[in-house]
Amino acid sequence: MSGCKRNGAAGSGKAAHIAIDPVTRIEGHLKADVTVENGKVVDAKLSGGMYRGFEQILRGRDPRDSSQIVQRICGVCPTAHATASVMAQDAAFGTKVTDNGRVTRNLILGANYLQSHILHFYHLAAQDFVQGPDSAPFVPRYQKSDLLEDRNKDLKAVNAAAVDQYIEALDVRAICHEMVAIWGGKMPHVQGIIAGGTSEMPTKDRILEYAVRFKKVRDFVNNKYLPTVYTVGSVYPDLFKVGQGHKACVAYGVFPLDNANSKFMMKSGVYYDGKDHDFDPSKIHEDVKYSWFEDSTSGLHYSKGKTVPAPHKDGAYSFVKAPRYDGVACEVGPLARMWVENPPLSPVGQKMLKEKFGLDAKNFRDLGEDAAFSLMGRHVARAEETWYMLDFIEAWLKEVKPDEETFTAYEIPESGEGTGFTEAPRGALLHYLDVKDSKINNYQIVSATLWNCNPRDDKGVRGPVEEALIGIPVPDVDNPVNVARLIRAFDP
Amino acid sequence: MSLNRRDFVKLCTGTVAGLGVSQMFNPAVCEAISGSLNGNRPPVLWLQGSGCTGCSVSLLNSVNPHIKDVLLKVISLEFHPTVMAWEGEPAIEHMYKIADKYDGKFFLVVEGSVPTAADGKYCVIGEADHREITMVDAMKELGPKAAAVLAVGTCSAYGGIPAAEGSQTDAKGVRQFFEEEEIATPVVNIPGCPPHPDWIVGTVTVALDAINKHGLADGLGKVVEILDDEGRPTPFFGENIHDNCPYLDDFDNDVLATKFTEVKGCRMELGCKGPDTNSDCYKRKWNNGINWCVQNAVCIGCVEPDFPDGKSPFYEPA
Repeated sequence: MSGCKRNGAAGSGKAAHIAIDPVTRIEGHLKADVTVENGKVVDAKLSGGMYRGFEQILRGRDPRDSSQIVQRICGVCPTAHATASVMAQDAAFGTKVTDNGRVTRNLILGANYLQSHILHFYHLAAQDFVQGPDSAPFVPRYQKSDLLEDRNKDLKAVNAAAVDQYIEALDVRAICHEMVAIWGGKMPHVQGIIAGGTSEMPTKDRILEYAVRFKKVRDFVNNKYLPTVYTVGSVYPDLFKVGQGHKACVAYGVFPLDNANSKFMMKSGVYYDGKDHDFDPSKIHEDVKYSWFEDSTSGLHYSKGKTVPAPHKDGAYSFVKAPRYDGVACEVGPLARMWVENPPLSPVGQKMLKEKFGLDAKNFRDLGEDAAFSLMGRHVARAEETWYMLDFIEAWLKEVKPDEETFTAYEIPESGEGTGFTEAPRGALLHYLDVKDSKINNYQIVSATLWNCNPRDDKGVRGPVEEALIGIPVPDVDNPVNVARLIRAFDP
Repeated sequence: MSLNRRDFVKLCTGTVAGLGVSQMFNPAVCEAISGSLNGNRPPVLWLQGSGCTGCSVSLLNSVNPHIKDVLLKVISLEFHPTVMAWEGEPAIEHMYKIADKYDGKFFLVVEGSVPTAADGKYCVIGEADHREITMVDAMKELGPKAAAVLAVGTCSAYGGIPAAEGSQTDAKGVRQFFEEEEIATPVVNIPGCPPHPDWIVGTVTVALDAINKHGLADGLGKVVEILDDEGRPTPFFGENIHDNCPYLDDFDNDVLATKFTEVKGCRMELGCKGPDTNSDCYKRKWNNGINWCVQNAVCIGCVEPDFPDGKSPFYEPA
């Protein structure tokens, strides 16, 4: 079977155009169009192929309905959308959430972080490196897939262990969902995250049920997921050198550690032009020149945001808007959070970076800008973040109080507005809510996929993933494995 | 990779924690399938339209049988955008090839609704021959060739949230789309936002059993017989939540919760839509039996054809 459809001859020095549509093993509908010259990507366009219209569907509804509706944006990270929505409602309604409410919310969202990061590595990305069984859905695949054993035939045992972990990770991620459901009610799509806090008070028994499951997940992260990411990474040192993109990122802050929202597990911040900046939400705007939305709605701050689809607009190529921070195309996700927070690396990570790469790295930024902002660096960031949050979950389990109130009553005001800033596992997420006549007057969502997978902005600057594709090696246009590998590393 | 009889029975048997599929149906169902399994797993093509992938993620939570056994032993999942190794145009070509090779004999699973406005442009699922394939195109091409369609999730069954008031994409459930396109392929609805994994796997189990016993056409006829007016299998959707709710005694005694975190009391005043909702959540529970919506907060009626508009506002009594 041949590779992806292309125009132009391979190896002739001329440009070849490769379209990968669909990009699979992601959530949603995405197409990548790349131009390859002399074995490298020289131009890229990413096209988001689906529009459902959540922002229009929400208008006119009871504001409380939003936390249920918005979860249906993404079945992998509904908890994050619920969190952003209830934070926006709390702000608009003037509700003060109790300590126990905040901690319980963290435990629900935290369990799904574990679920999402493990699912991403094993069930979405791993087949970029690991050969699965010879039966559907693991075949067909690229003929020349550059998998572990293609690089080194002695890695049969590593491949076999990774396949076993793929199966084991199915159970581990399901256990994470059980942890979500203990206070979330069910998963996907939770009931438990509501305006004012959470709907179910923790009990001693329930805390124990969570803790027992958490221990299993913790063992898997420490003994399997984290070392495997480094083992795979060590076979692909070249993939630590590509995919740097704009080297710009934004993080909103997630997992509040106090009720004033002044301390977070992962803090907020912005990085571009080689410098750190404080996060200032007024600097966000969304361009739509290359998106299938009315041109008159381009360049707006989200609080003035409008969503008017124009599916046949000439020159546009995506249903994704192009958010910019202070005009800069910033990426979001575990890499952005880890770069901004710069926490210590795991002992496993420190040891393996020393052994395999001769790198003396104590904190995340010790990886250096080039290796951190790389295809493989994004996998490392995700795995290290998973490890880093284990101690926080442990601490919240001690902090959460059995049979103590998690819910604060509130009145829906006649009018009010609020923004909920959080982070989905895949990156920064904000929801803006404007209430008039006690109904939703405007609702705007700037999700991680918008930040990462956007098309060119009004100035013609590529989106973060588009830019990260530049320079990606495609030595064989029939088997352009590195293109989707790079895209998947973002967990788009 | 074929399954022997004993293995299959084991697959379907629940543990104490989770209600296995066999406990919903006569255990003889599992026995019967296991007896006729010949190693040929039925090909399944899984399309995603306007949806959120939540139905697929829910299916991954299948415990009895385990999702690994479903994927490796029960079905042959030839196309699934979130799971499969393949990508790009060759993946779409593979999908069409399987549909031709198994014309009339493969199962089409549809997750998400079919947005029909703007020539289908609101959902492009891939490319073939340098041409965009919309969800509408794929449904027109694959729908008539499928032995049957499983409309998984409320979007696919009834339109769901993408079809809610305010939407501009003219999103439709599969049955409605087939009626308008005059496609006669039988459709089984497995609603829920998302559906419980047992509802999906259990329905597949029943269908395979009926086909094994009665042949393809008559077997599917038997499946259609167990559907209610809304196209849902009655074993899962035949009971009213409120009538079977553990809080029913509270309701009868006028004990009504007025705050979410109250442990006692019927949830009706908080907006619970259990009285207008038919499903077995009250006994099956979710995520390996750990919890369910009414115990945690309220039912929002996500398995019903009028979800979400008919169930909204979610937190006001009906």
